[in-house]
Amino acid sequence: MATFQEFIQQNEDRDGVRCSWNLWPSSRLEATRMVVPVSCLFTPLKERPNLPPVQYEPVLCSRATCKAVLNPLCQVDFRAKIWACNFCFQRNPFPPSYAGISEVNQPAELMPQFSTIEYIVQRGPAAPLVFLYVVDTCLEEEDLQALRESLQMSLSLLPPNALVGLITFGRMIQVHELSCEGISKSYVFRGTKELTPKQIHEMLGLMKPTTSVPQEAAASCRFLQPVHKVDLNLTDLLGELQRDPWPVPQGKRPLRSTGIALSIAVALLEGTFPNTGARMMLFTGGPPTQGPGMVVGDELKTPIRSWHDIQKDNAHHMKKAIKYHEALANRAAVNGHSIDIYACALDQTGLLEMKCLSNLTGGHIVMGDSFNTSLFKQTFQRVFSKDYNGEFRMAFGASLEVKTSRELKVSGAIGPCVSLNAKGPSVSENEMGVGGTCQWKICSLNPSTTLALYFEVVNQHNSPIPQGGRGAIQFVTQYQHSNTQRRIRVTTIARNWADAQSQIQHIEASFDQEAAAVLMARLGVFRAESEEGPDVLRWLDRQLIRLFMFHLRRSPFLQVFNNSPDESSYYRHQFVRQDLTQSLIMIQPILYSYSFHGPPEPVLLDSSSILPDHILLMDTFFQLVIYHGETIAQWRKAGYQEMPEYENFRQLLQAPVDDAQEILQTRFPMPRYIDTEHGGSQARFLLSKVNPSQTHNNLYAWGQEAGAPILTDDVSLQVFMDHLKKLAVSSSA
Amino acid sequence: MNVNQQPHMASPYGQPQPGYQGYPQSGYGGQQVPGGYPAQFAPYNGPASAYQPGPPQGVRGPPTSGAPPVSAAQAYSQFGQGEVQNGPPAMGPPPQRSPVSQPYSQGAMNLTGPQPQYNQQFGAPPTSMQQMTTQMAGMQVGSTVPSPAGPGYAPPTISQAPVSAAYTPSDPSSYAPTPTVPSQPPPAERVPQSTPSQPYYGAPAQQPFPTAAPPFSAPGPAQAPAPPLASQQSFPQGPPPSQPPFSSAPPQAPPTASYGGPLPPVQAPHPRAPPPTSQPSAFPGGPPPTSTLSQYPGPPMPQQSPVSQPSPFHSGPPPLPTTAGGFPPQGGAPPRPLHPGMQGPPLASQGPLMSQANHVAPPQPGMLPGQPTAGMAGPPPPQQPGMQGYPPQQNGAFGQVRGPQPGYAGQYPGQQNYGAAPPAQAPAPSAPKRLDPDSIPSPQASDIPPVQKTRHRIDPDAIPSPIQVIEDDKANKGSEPFVTGVRGQAPPLVTTNFQVKDQGNASPRFIRCTSYNMPCTSDMAKQSQVPLAAVIKPLATLPPDEIPPYIVDHGEGGPIRCNRCKAYMCPYMQFIEGGRRFQCGFCSCVTEVPPHYFQHLDHTGKRVDCCDRPELSMGSYEFMATVDYCKNNKIPQPPAFIFLIDVSYNAVKNGMVRMVCQELKTLLDYLPRENPDVQSNIRVGFVTYNKVLHFYNVKASLAQPQMMVVSDVADMFVPLLDGFLVNVSESRVVIESLLDQIPDMFADTRETETVFGPVIQAGLEALKAADCAGKLFVFHSSLPIAEAPGKLKNREDKKLVGTDKEKSLFQPQISFYANLAKECVTQGCCVDLFLFPNQYVDVATLGVVPTSTGGSVYKYTYFQAQSDQERFLNDLRKDVQKPMGFDAVMRVRTSTGIRATDFFGSFYMSNTTDVELAGLDCDKTVTVEFRHDDKLSEETGALMQCAVLYTSCTGQRRLRIHNMAVNCCAQLADLYRNCETDTIINYFAKYAYRSILNNPTKNVRDSLVNQCAQILACYRKNCASPSSAGQLILPECMKLLPVYLNCVLKSDVLHPGADVSLDDRAYLRQLVSAMDVTESHVFFYPRLLPVHKLDVESDALPVAIRDSEERLSKGGVYLLETGLNLFLWVGANAQQELLQNIFGTPAFSQIDPSMTSLPVLENPYSKRLREIIESFRMQRSRYMKLMVVKQEDKLELIFKHFLVEDKNNSGGASYVDFLCHMHKEIRQLLS
Repeated sequence: MATFQEFIQQNEDRDGVRCSWNLWPSSRLEATRMVVPVSCLFTPLKERPNLPPVQYEPVLCSRATCKAVLNPLCQVDFRAKIWACNFCFQRNPFPPSYAGISEVNQPAELMPQFSTIEYIVQRGPAAPLVFLYVVDTCLEEEDLQALRESLQMSLSLLPPNALVGLITFGRMIQVHELSCEGISKSYVFRGTKELTPKQIHEMLGLMKPTTSVPQEAAASCRFLQPVHKVDLNLTDLLGELQRDPWPVPQGKRPLRSTGIALSIAVALLEGTFPNTGARMMLFTGGPPTQGPGMVVGDELKTPIRSWHDIQKDNAHHMKKAIKYHEALANRAAVNGHSIDIYACALDQTGLLEMKCLSNLTGGHIVMGDSFNTSLFKQTFQRVFSKDYNGEFRMAFGASLEVKTSRELKVSGAIGPCVSLNAKGPSVSENEMGVGGTCQWKICSLNPSTTLALYFEVVNQHNSPIPQGGRGAIQFVTQYQHSNTQRRIRVTTIARNWADAQSQIQHIEASFDQEAAAVLMARLGVFRAESEEGPDVLRWLDRQLIRLFMFHLRRSPFLQVFNNSPDESSYYRHQFVRQDLTQSLIMIQPILYSYSFHGPPEPVLLDSSSILPDHILLMDTFFQLVIYHGETIAQWRKAGYQEMPEYENFRQLLQAPVDDAQEILQTRFPMPRYIDTEHGGSQARFLLSKVNPSQTHNNLYAWGQEAGAPILTDDVSLQVFMDHLKKLAVSSSA
Repeated sequence: MNVNQQPHMASPYGQPQPGYQGYPQSGYGGQQVPGGYPAQFAPYNGPASAYQPGPPQGVRGPPTSGAPPVSAAQAYSQFGQGEVQNGPPAMGPPPQRSPVSQPYSQGAMNLTGPQPQYNQQFGAPPTSMQQMTTQMAGMQVGSTVPSPAGPGYAPPTISQAPVSAAYTPSDPSSYAPTPTVPSQPPPAERVPQSTPSQPYYGAPAQQPFPTAAPPFSAPGPAQAPAPPLASQQSFPQGPPPSQPPFSSAPPQAPPTASYGGPLPPVQAPHPRAPPPTSQPSAFPGGPPPTSTLSQYPGPPMPQQSPVSQPSPFHSGPPPLPTTAGGFPPQGGAPPRPLHPGMQGPPLASQGPLMSQANHVAPPQPGMLPGQPTAGMAGPPPPQQPGMQGYPPQQNGAFGQVRGPQPGYAGQYPGQQNYGAAPPAQAPAPSAPKRLDPDSIPSPQASDIPPVQKTRHRIDPDAIPSPIQVIEDDKANKGSEPFVTGVRGQAPPLVTTNFQVKDQGNASPRFIRCTSYNMPCTSDMAKQSQVPLAAVIKPLATLPPDEIPPYIVDHGEGGPIRCNRCKAYMCPYMQFIEGGRRFQCGFCSCVTEVPPHYFQHLDHTGKRVDCCDRPELSMGSYEFMATVDYCKNNKIPQPPAFIFLIDVSYNAVKNGMVRMVCQELKTLLDYLPRENPDVQSNIRVGFVTYNKVLHFYNVKASLAQPQMMVVSDVADMFVPLLDGFLVNVSESRVVIESLLDQIPDMFADTRETETVFGPVIQAGLEALKAADCAGKLFVFHSSLPIAEAPGKLKNREDKKLVGTDKEKSLFQPQISFYANLAKECVTQGCCVDLFLFPNQYVDVATLGVVPTSTGGSVYKYTYFQAQSDQERFLNDLRKDVQKPMGFDAVMRVRTSTGIRATDFFGSFYMSNTTDVELAGLDCDKTVTVEFRHDDKLSEETGALMQCAVLYTSCTGQRRLRIHNMAVNCCAQLADLYRNCETDTIINYFAKYAYRSILNNPTKNVRDSLVNQCAQILACYRKNCASPSSAGQLILPECMKLLPVYLNCVLKSDVLHPGADVSLDDRAYLRQLVSAMDVTESHVFFYPRLLPVHKLDVESDALPVAIRDSEERLSKGGVYLLETGLNLFLWVGANAQQELLQNIFGTPAFSQIDPSMTSLPVLENPYSKRLREIIESFRMQRSRYMKLMVVKQEDKLELIFKHFLVEDKNNSGGASYVDFLCHMHKEIRQLLS
C-alpha cells in the first residue's frame, strides 16, 4: 500500500484536494481534540489535461435537499437501474438515457478514476465574455503611455467575440460609447456624487430596453462592443487617451474618483449582462481622493493612513471606504462579475479599502511601482494566458456547492468567494471563514485558485460509526468556461472514519502537515483580516505550533510591521487564493544555494546559509531574490565571468538566473525580481526572511565561520523552539 | 383738445384780460391802451408795434426769458391753446387793433376797460390765455422777443425772443435777468413778479385775442403769436445772446414797462416772433412787412413779418402788409405767402406754439367769441395753410392740437409736410369749433359720444402731433452739431439726426435725462411729479463721424479719484492751491493730486493741460483699470462665448439646429474684437442638449471632435477642461467638423423633452472652470419639463388675465433661476436666449437669467426655417458681433443733494448702489431714477457720473466714465421747459412694466395716468397763466406726453388683446426694460412712412404721418416700423405703376402677402424702397421682419394694432379720447 504521502499526492493530482487529516476522527469530541480541524484545500479548476469533459448533464439525486451528483461512491443497482445517493441514501432511478448501463458499460461518472468529472451543459444562450477596462487617467505621462500600450496590446489577447468596454476616470468619469462613428462619444459623470444603479442606468440610457431582449443587446452595445468590431476604434481611443486635464494645484493630489468609476462600471454590467462572466479591470495609479470610497483627501500634507493610524483609529476614511467597496463588491458578486485591481504607484493606492472588490469577486490584485515596469506588463499579459488547449485560464461566475455525509457538516470556506447563503442539511452552525452556507460564489477562477474548506464532525461520541465507514464530500462547481460554455465539475472524495482512541497512530500518520499549516494559516489570515491585532498571534500560538508557524508568525500575512496596509492586504489577498505549494512558499520562502561545491541545493532559511562563496536564490512568491555572497560579488565585480578561463564561474552566475526565469515564467502575479549581493541595499529582502540564528547579540557566541549576522531583535528559531518546548510541557501539565 | 381749445380760446381772451386785470393787467391794459403799443398796434402796425414792443420786451424779455423757458414749454402747451391763445398773442396786436381796430370790440375791449369784460367773458380763456401767453406767448414774446430781439434781430429777435425766451429758459443763467423781469410770468411765482409781465401777457394775450380776434379775426393774431413763439424758440436757441440784445431792448423797455409791453411784446413777439423766426429765414418778406411796419418801429416790421409768419395770425402778416387794417385781409392773404416763407422757420417755432397749446382752450374761447375763434378758425386756417410751416409749428403742437389746431391743422396740412394736413385745414377750422369746451369736460371716451357728437368731434389734427414735433426738431436742431459743453441744454430728439461734440458732458447717445433742469428741492420734485431719471447706454455705438471715448491711462496707481466719494477725475473737479489739490465736484472733498499728475494752473484756474486730457475736458472717456479693479486681483482672462443648442425633436424639425450650425461656421470669424486686424481672442465652446447635455471637445490636436454626454442634470458640471473652450483659428477644422455633424447626429432624434436650468449651469460652470467671463448663447425650443433643476410646468392661464393675480404670470414660476442668475453675475456669465417656441414656454421664467445678466431674449414663435431664417440669422449675427463688455459693474455717483435710487434694465443688484452686469453690450440701457436727499443749488447744478468697470473683449479691464451736468431750478417752469418727453416715456414704460410684477395691471395703468395728470396739473397750476378749467394746457416740452403715454397704456403688456399670449407680454416686458430712448420711442409710437410719396431722386425720406388709419390713403403704400417689425401696407387702390415698381406686378390681387422681402427689381423706386428698409433695419438692434399687409387682408388686424392713435380692438383709447380723459383728470386735480 502506498504511503500516506503518495496517497495525498495522488489525491491532489486527481481531485485537487488536500486534507489536513486523511483519516477522520469519528466523533465531534475527538475531532475537537485534534486542534487542527477536519478541513481541506480545494482547487476547483485544477488543470487536468487528461480529463476530457463529458457532454451531458450530471445525474442528480432526486431528494430536493440533497441533489448530489451521481458519483463513483454511489451504490448502483444495474439491473433495477437504480442508484443510491451516498449522501442521503435516497434511491434514485437512472434517467432514460442511462437505460443501457451495466457493470461493463458504466458511465464515466461511476468509474473510480473519475472522482472528478466535468460536464458541459447547454443552458441558455452562450453569453460572451465581457471585459470592462476602468482606467485611471491621473497618471504621469510615462505611466499612462505604458498603460495605453498595455491596454492596446491586451485587445489582441482577448477572445475576438468578447465584449469590451472602456471607462476612464480622473476627476470625472467617462463611459465611452464605442459604437459611434465620427464623433466619439462618452458619458460623463462627476466623481463626487453617489448615484443609485437606477440613476446610472437612466443616465446611460439603459432603461428603455427592458421590454425586449434584442433592444437590450443594442443598448448595451453602445458601451460594450465585440472586440473584433471596435478593435480599431478602441485602439484609437486608447491612443488619444489624455491625462486628466484638470489642474492639480501645488500640494494636492490629483482628484481621483475611483469609487464612482467602479460603481458605474458595476452598474453598467449589472444593467446589461447580469449573471454573465465579466471582468472589470481597474487600473489605478493612486488612491481614490474624492467621492465615496475615498481613501485620503487631496491634501498632500495629509499622508495616506498607515498601520499606526489605523491602530490609533486615526484613519478617517477607512471604514467608510471599506463599507462602500464591500457593498460594491457584493453587488458585482451577485451578478457574477469580478473586479481586478491593477494598482501601480510608489505610494499606497488604497488596496486596504478596495481589496474586498477582488477578494469577494475572485479578481486579481496586482501591485506594482509603475505601469511602466515589466512586472505590471507581464503580469497583465499573463492574465490572458492560455492553457494547453489554447483556452484562457480563467473561468467566470462559478458557484461551488459542498455536500457532505451526514456525520460531517461544512463550517465555512476561505478564499476568493462570497456566500450564496444556501442553507442545507450539511451546513454547520459553527462558522469558520465564510460560513453558514453550503454554496459559495466564485466570480472568477483560474486553475490555481484554491479554497480552504473547513468541516465539523457532528457525529456524537455515543453513536459510533461502523468500522470501515467512510465519510464523503462532494464539490460541485458550476462555472462559465472561458469559451463561454457552462460547465459543471464534480469532485467527490471519501475518507475513512477512525476512532481516535483506538487508532490514534493511524490518524497521526494521516496528518498532512503542509496542508494543515496552510489551512491554519488561512484561518489566521482570515482572523487577522477580520479581527486585527495581536490577538491573532496569540490565538495562533495557542493552536498547533510547528515549524511553519515560526515563519508564519514572521510573515507579512500576520505581521504588519514594515508593511503598509496596502501591502498587507495584497499579501493576504494572494495567500488566500493560491494553492498549497505556492502558499507554502509564501509562508516559508525557499532558499537555494549555488556554489562550486556541488549542485544547487535547498538550504535552511537561516542566516547561517548566507555564505560568501555562495549564491542564494530565494523565492518568497512575491519576490525572487538572487543574492551573491561577498566573495562571489567581488569576483563578479572583477569581471571573472567574462574571462573564458572562468567559464565555470559564468555558469555559476547564470544558474540561479535561469532557475529564476523558470519561476518567473509560470508565476502569477509576477514576483518582484531582485538581483543583489552582499551589502546591497536590496539584500534586506533576504535578510528579513531568514531565521536570525546569528544576530548582533550573539554574533560572537556562535561559531564564526558561517553565515551573516542579522541586525534584529526578533527571536531566532532556536529561541522560539526552546520556549515552545517549555510551554508545551507546562501546558500539558 | 380742440374742444379744450375752444374753451380756452374763449378763456384766453377772457383770461388774459382778467389776468391782466388782476395783475398789472389793468395797468397793462392801461398801458397797453395807453401804451404806444396799442397805438402802434392800433393800426395793424399795432401788432407790429406790439411786436416792437416785443423787442423792447425783449429787453425785459431776458428776464422773461427766464420765464421763457417756461413759456417755451408753455408755448407749446399753450399752443394747443396757443392757437386760441395765439389768438391771444395776437391779442397783442389787438391792443393795437384796439386802438385802431377798436372797432373790433374785442380789441377795444381788451385794450380798455373792456378787458374785464373779456376777462369775464373769457374768464376761463383768460387764464388759459395767460398761461398761453405766459407760457408760450408771454414767455416767448417777452423773453424771447427780447433776447432774440437782440440787437440784430430786434424785430426778429422779438419774435425770436419769445421763442428764445422759451428756450432761453434752458439757458436760465443768461436769462437770469428775465426772471426778475416780468418775463417770468410763467411760473406762478413769476406771476407776482411778472404780474406785470404776466398781466402784460395776459393782457396782451387777452387783448390780442379779443382784439386780435376781432380785428384780424383774432385768429390771425393769435396764431401769429404762436408762430412767433415757435420761431422765437428757434431763434432763441441760436441767439441766446440775443437776450443781451434785448437788453438793447431797453428802449423797448418802455414798452415793457407798459408791459402791456410784455403783452404787446408778447403779442408783438408772437406776431413778430413768427416773423423773427420766419423772418430770419423766410422773412425776406420781412422787409416788406417792415415797410409796413415801418410805420411802427422797425421791430414791428419784423414783427409783422413774423406776424405774417404767424400767418396763422396772418393777422400778423396781414398787418404787416396792411400794416394796419390790412391785417385780417392781408393777414389772410399775406400770411400765406409769408407763411410759406415763414413756414420753414415757424415750423420750428411751432413747438413753442405748442406750449401755448395749453391755450387750446383758448381756441374755444376764441370760438366762443365766435368772431375770434371763428375768425381765428377761419382766417387761421387759410393762413395756416399759408402758414403751414410756421403756424403748424405753433399750432402744430398746440395750435393744431387745439383750437389753433384747426387752423394749424390746416396749416400743418398746408405745410405739406403733413400730407394729411392740407385736407385737414379745411376741417381744421371746423375743428376748433369741434373743440367744444363741453366736449372736453365730458369724459374722453364718453365725451365724444355725448356732447361732442352733438357738437363737433375733436379734430385729430388739432391735437399735438408727434410728427410735427419730430419734424420741427429735425428742422431746428438737425443741422448743427450738438455741443455738450453747455450745462442743462436739452439735446435734439432721438428722431433727429445730429452730430454730437463732446465738450464736457456725455453725449445724449450715452445719457439722456428726463429733465435737463432739476428742481432744487424735493418738494418741488414731488409737486411736479416729473420723474427725474437718466437713461444711460454706457457702451453705445457712436456714428462714424463721432470720436469714441478716449482711453486714459493713469499708470500703476490707477485712475485718480476723489478720496471720499471715489468719483473719478472729471471736468467737474476743481483744482486748487496751484494745482496741488483738487476739490471734488460731487462731495466737495479735497484730495491731493499725486505728483505724477500735477500740473500748473492757468490764470483761470484751469490746468494748463486741461485740453490735452480727456478726463478734464470731455464728458465721456475710459480709464485703463489696474489690477486692483480686477476680480480676485487677477488680470482677467479673455472672455469666452459658449453656444448651447437645443437638439430636441422640435428644434431639429423646425430647422433651427441646422441653421445655427451652418451659420456659426462663418460667424465665428466675426467675434467681437477691438482691432479689426487682429483675430479675436474670445474663445468658443459648444454644447448641445435635450434631456441631457452634450459637451464637445474640439481641441485643435484632435482629428475628430469628441462628445461628452452629461446625463447627471441634477447636479451639473463641466466634464472637460482642456478642449472645451478653444481659439477659433486654432481649432477651425475640428469645429467645422463638429458643426457639420451635429445636425446629422440628431436628425433622427425622438427626444422631445428638454432641460434648461442645467444648460445655463453648464455654461456657467464652464466659465468658472476657465476662470473667465463670457456669454452664453442658448438656442432653446420648448418648456423645460424634463426632470432637472429648473423644471417648469405649463401655467399659462388666460383666465388670470385682468385679475389681481395676473401679476403672478409675470413673475418667475420658481426661484431657481433667480438664484442661478445671481451666480451667473458673480462669474460674469451673460446669457442670451434665443427661443423657438411652438407653444407656451414661460418666457417670464426663462427670461430671468438673461434679464438679470445683461443678456437679451429673442423669440421666434412658430419658427419656420424659410420665413424666419433671415430675421433669426441677422439677429444672431448682430448679437454675436456686437461690441460688448463683460463682468461689468456700473455705479452712478451724484453730487450732494440727489442720489440714484432706482435702476431699471437687464442687470442684477446685490446692494443698492452697484449695478452688476455680467455682460453689457452696446444696446443695453439702464434707466436710473434720482431722488433728492437734500437741496440742490442753482449755481452748481446737479452732477452725475456714471462709471462702468468692465472687461473688454480683449480681456482688458477698463472703466468707462460718463459725466453729466444738468441745471437746477427754483422755478417749476424751468423744469417743465427742459423736459424730454421721450425720455420720460422711456422711464414710465420701464417703471410700469416693472410694477406689473407686483401690482394688478389696472392699478399700474391708473397710477400712470394719475402721475401724468399730476404732472400736467402741476404745470397748469404753477406755470400756466390762469385760464378756464375747461382749457387743457400742456407744457411745450410735454405736449406729446398724453399721446405717448396712451401708447404705453395701450401696449400689449399693459393692455393685452385677446390674441396676445402671456409669453409675448412677458417677452415685451423684458425687452422694454433694457431699451434706450430711440427704441422705446419707435416701439411705442411706430414710424409710418407714406412710401408712395417717396422721392427717388433725393436721400430724404418722406415725412412720416401719424399712426392713424384715417391718414392712410387707399391709393397709398405705407411702411410701418415698430422697432421689432416692418409692415408694408398696400392700399387697395394703389396705382398699378407703384405696385409694379415695388412688387413687380401691377395687380393688387397678385401680391403675395407671405413674402418676407421685396423682390429685387431694377427700378429706382424699388431700389430706393429696399434701401430704406435696409437702413431702417440697420438702425435697430434687432432685425425687423418685413410683412406685406394688403388692405382688407387678415393681416391688417395686426397692422392696425400699431396705429396707436386709433382706438384698438382690445379697448385701448384713441388719442383724442385719451387726451380728453387726461384733461378731465387734470381738471379734477385742479379742482
